Parts: sequence; structure tokens; C-alpha cells
Amino acid sequence: MSTLEIKDLHVSIETDQGTKDILKGVSLTINSGEIHAIMGPNGSGKSTLASTIAGHPRYDVTKGEILLDGEDVLEMGADERAQAGLFLAMQYPVEVPGVTMTNFLRTAKTAIEGEAPKLRTWTKEVKDAMEKLRIDADFANRNVNEGFSGGEKKRVEILQLELFKPKFAILDETDSGLDIDALRVVSEGVNRAHEDNGMGTLLITHYTRILNYIKPSFVHVFVDGKVAEQGGPELADELEANGYDRFLTPAAAAV
Amino acid sequence: MTETPEKVAGVEVGERRISIPGFTEEGENLAAETNSAADHSHGGLGESKNVTSGAGSRTNRHIGFDLSGFPDPTGREEEWRFTPLKKLAGVLSDVATDGAGTDREPVEYQVSGAVEGVEVSTLGHGESPRGAVLQPADRAAVVAYKNVDDALHIKVTEGTEVAEPIRVDITGKAAGVRANSHLVVEAEPNTKAVIVLEHRGSADYNGNVEVKIADGASVSVISLQRWDHDAVHVGQHDAEVGKDAKYKHVAVTLGGKIVRLNTNFRYAAEGARAEMYGLYFADAGQHIEHRTFVDHNSPRNSSDVLYKGALQGETARTVWVGDVLIRKEAEGTDSYEKNQNLVLTDGARADSVPNLEIETGLIDGAGHASSTGRFDDNHLFYLMSRGIPEDIARQLVVRGFMNEIIQKIEVSSIRESLAEDLERELRISGH
Repeated sequence: MSTLEIKDLHVSIETDQGTKDILKGVSLTINSGEIHAIMGPNGSGKSTLASTIAGHPRYDVTKGEILLDGEDVLEMGADERAQAGLFLAMQYPVEVPGVTMTNFLRTAKTAIEGEAPKLRTWTKEVKDAMEKLRIDADFANRNVNEGFSGGEKKRVEILQLELFKPKFAILDETDSGLDIDALRVVSEGVNRAHEDNGMGTLLITHYTRILNYIKPSFVHVFVDGKVAEQGGPELADELEANGYDRFLTPAAAAV
Repeated sequence: MTETPEKVAGVEVGERRISIPGFTEEGENLAAETNSAADHSHGGLGESKNVTSGAGSRTNRHIGFDLSGFPDPTGREEEWRFTPLKKLAGVLSDVATDGAGTDREPVEYQVSGAVEGVEVSTLGHGESPRGAVLQPADRAAVVAYKNVDDALHIKVTEGTEVAEPIRVDITGKAAGVRANSHLVVEAEPNTKAVIVLEHRGSADYNGNVEVKIADGASVSVISLQRWDHDAVHVGQHDAEVGKDAKYKHVAVTLGGKIVRLNTNFRYAAEGARAEMYGLYFADAGQHIEHRTFVDHNSPRNSSDVLYKGALQGETARTVWVGDVLIRKEAEGTDSYEKNQNLVLTDGARADSVPNLEIETGLIDGAGHASSTGRFDDNHLFYLMSRGIPEDIARQLVVRGFMNEIIQKIEVSSIRESLAEDLERELRISGH
């Protein structure tokens, strides 16, 4: 049983126009086995939260804490966070020329586990996981994300999630750009990791579509860098019906 | 690393840059734009579009076998402006190989892998096909041409497919001592061969290579510059690619004090594919210069050029100048060239100059790109976010960067030994 706590998190970034505050006091607690959906309009800070948890150097935490089982995550480098059990499935996975998937996956697994995986079982594990996600076996020999389609990149993110077995996964708009078949395959992968490893999940999305496949127990609505409302799955249904309008124009919603 | 095709490491390239539709920050892709421009051109289809002019144009470059056409360079010439000429004095003078004809020659040549169907001989001045492909384009090339009595001739006879590479080991035995060299590779129709030129040791080496690829032949020339740190090497490698033939030239330059290679190809007919790939790693005190010239002189051929370099240490210096000329008659050309440099430490300098001249709008594609920079932080973050520590992530990114060229070499033993050499280079800077 693990806990990821985010306490009163304030985050800013440097832009050409000066410092811009993005997160303005976010608090969330996620336990092992829980699925939390973070929903909100574009520009509300959802992806900033994801990147900040993963340790992207662009984001500057000005106030607040992130704790993983009481350990200060903000003190850790991006690599140490992954080693501690955090995983970010990126919205835009990066192409790394000249580095094969096979080499990359083995290097990462070795770093996370602290020792190299046993070659025979590892190769089989990778092969099986790729099959389940309907990733062509040939991808193992290709360079990381190079020339992959948007949907293929997302599948490869979930492949890593299944292989690295994190305590907590943050899925940053994993559903964007996926057709319905890919969405189902990717969701199945997340659900497997959830069931097999008791993974806690922070599912960031703009649309409710993915929630038909990955069922959250908690829904948080993000508006202007803060959690504007939280509730159970019924909140997602309400958003599906009414959209984000009432959060954006509170005066109108009150009428 | 960001793509910056217009600004090239502090070098003024503006006046020689062409201004044509289709230019983007990611490089260029001109096919659609130039074709549509041709469709609406004022003079009708096929009208010549002179997009470059003046001394920089490859159409105006002097070529020939007459030494008087190539006065001693001053350093102001287009083809010499990046080169440390003083240090090249030993290879630009019109002199014979030191101790020529004796056993005191400074460079030894060893040919191996010449199986049945491969003939190894020599060609004197005036003996065909010597000089049929080579078009000396600077003083270095012409003095080497003049001063070699017997050129090494490797002929792959018609229909022969050579499974193992034909190796020419070129070993320098005396730093600072002049050697001229000339290799003629002749691939007859429907042959297949890989020729490996491996340069080691040290000398003041001036070597020409000409490669004649007949119709339907497939030839790779892998030129490895693994010289000792005090070697000087200038050379011109020319090829003429026949109908439906394939040619690949790979230059890997790791050693040598100064290496300046001009690699060029042109076509004899249509339907050919020709490629030039390069990988270089410059340490402190090294000057590594590669110049490539693709002459699309006939229709419906394709070409690809990719050179990648890494630099580390104060005064490490690299130059890449990539010329592509698509002549008026070269309709249906498909061409691309790119150079990428990874600067690992302060104080190194990479110049990168892609030049594209297009004289016809009726092409399938013509693009170029150049980038010079440090690590891409996004690559690092991606790898680190998977638990990979920063130092290992950097290693992966650098190795991956260079691996793209290594992957082009079809000989696994060379791929492996180059990977080892690169590991040694990288250990110097702690990557």
C-alpha cells in the first residue's frame, strides 16, 4: 500500500513574457489501487501537474509538496522519481534517434530495478506485453518512437507502464489522437497494470470517452490551476452532459 | 538541438543562399513548390531557374588535370576558406611520393579479399579507365593525380557478386612524409561489391579515389580514417553511377590531425540511387573537413546525403560543405542532404554549409537541413523519466546520434570495431 500526496502545489514557468503561474494550490491524495481522473478545459494546468510530478526541469515549484510514502519527491531527479515508482505516460512521447527500443527498455528496467533483468525471461516478457498491446514485433528493433504514428507512440508508453510496473502512473491525455480500437487496447493495458500490480492511477483527460474503458473512483475537475470540484464517477457523467461551461462562467451557472 | 538551416555556426552564408519557395525551419522540401512554380512560370515548363550564381556555384567551379588551372590557394577561395592551409603545405606541393619506387615509401598498400572475378592491377598515365571518372576540383587532387605513376586498379568483372568486402589497407609509416595515391575502382555491369579503405598510421597523405559503377551494379565504398593523431590526409573521391546502379559512400573520420575529404558523385544515365554518409568525431586540435557534391546531371536519379559529427575539446574543428546541383536536364530528381553536429564541450566549432542549386522546376524533391547544437533536453528528460540516470541517458543519446551512420555500414565487423573506437573517444570527455 502506497500513497502519493500532493499538497498545496504551486507551479510556475518562465516564458518570454516573464514568470507565469500555472498551478495555484493543488491538493490530491492517491492510494494504491485507486483510479483518479483529472478533467478540465485546455489550459487549466492538467499537463503541468503531470510534468511536475515527473520532474520536468521546465516547471518551477514555488510552494507545496509532493510526497511518495512520505518521501519528498521534489528533492528527487526525474530518474530517481521513476526508480521510486512513478511513471508518466507522456502526451507527446519523444523520438530518440539511434537508440533501439530493445536497448532502451532493458536499460530503463535495469535502472528501475537496480539490476539487469534476466535475459531469457525479460525477452519473453517484452514479447508477450507487445503482443497484448498489438505492437508489431518489429518495433523492438526500431529506434525509440522514431517514425511511430501517434497511436503507436501511445501504445509504446503503455508497454513501458506494463513492463516497469510503477506504483503510480500519470497518464497525460493518453487518449488523445487514438482511434476507438487503439483506445480499447491501451485501456486494457492500464487496467491490467491496475489489477496485477495494484497501481494507483492519475488519469488526465479532456474527454470522458476513455472513462468508458478505465473506470475512475474519483473525479477532479481542474479549472485555472486549481481543483474546482471533486466527486465520484457521476461527476464525469455530468461533465459529459453539460461540459465545462459552469466552471468557466460561475455567474451564469448560478442562475 | 534545433534545426537552423540559415544560421550556420557563425559563417556568413547569406549571399550564397538561394531564395526559393518551400523553405521552412525544419529544412526544405521543394518538390511541390518548385513544380507548381514551374507550372506557372513565365517561360513555360522546363525553363531554367537560376537560383544561385557567382563563384559559389558548382557550375562555375574549375575542374581539370592541368596544374596551371589551380594556383596555390590563398584561403580566400570558396573551396579553401575553412581550411588551415599552412598546415596543408605538405600535401599541396607538386612533388612525388617520398622515396617513390623504393621500399622507403611512407605508405603501404595491402589489398585483400580479391576473390575470383576481381582483378587487381595498376594503371599508368593515359591507361583507361584512369581519369575517366575523377575530375580534380582543387590543387590537392591535381598534384596527387600528376604524381602517381601507377594507380591501383581494382576491377570487379561483369556479373560478379563479391560476398565479403574487398579491403585496401592503407598504412602510413612516417608522419610528415609525403605520399600520393590513386585508386581506381571499376565495377562492371551487374556486379556487387563492398570496398573498404582503411587508413591507419601516419603520413602526409594525398589520395584520389575514382569509382566507375556500370549499369545495374551495386557498390559501397567505406572509407575509414583511423589515422594517428599526427597524420594529414587530403583526398578526392569521385564516382560515376550508371543506369539503374546503386552507389553508397561512407566516410568515417576519427583520427588524423587534419583530414579534408571531397566526396562527389554524378550519374551516367537514369534510374540510379546514390548515397553519401559520413560520421566524424573531432577532439581538441583536430580539423576534420568533409565536402560533398552531388551532381544531378541527368534525369530521374535519386540521392541522399547524411553527415553527422560530434565535437569535444577546445579547438576541435569540423567543417561540412554539402553541394547539390540539380542541372536543367535532371528532371525527376529526388534529392536530400542533411548535416547534424553534436557539440559536447565548450570551445569546439562546427561549420555546416548546405548549398542547393536547382536549375529545373521539374523535380520530385530536393531538401536540405543542418543543425548544430548541444544535447536535446527533451531526449534526456524522456530517458530520465524512465529511471535512466543522467550520465547513462547522455551516453545513450550520443551513441544513438552516431549509431544512425554506423547502421549504414553493411559489414558487421566494421560496425563493431567502430563502436569500440567511439566508446574510446567518448570516454575522453566522460560521456
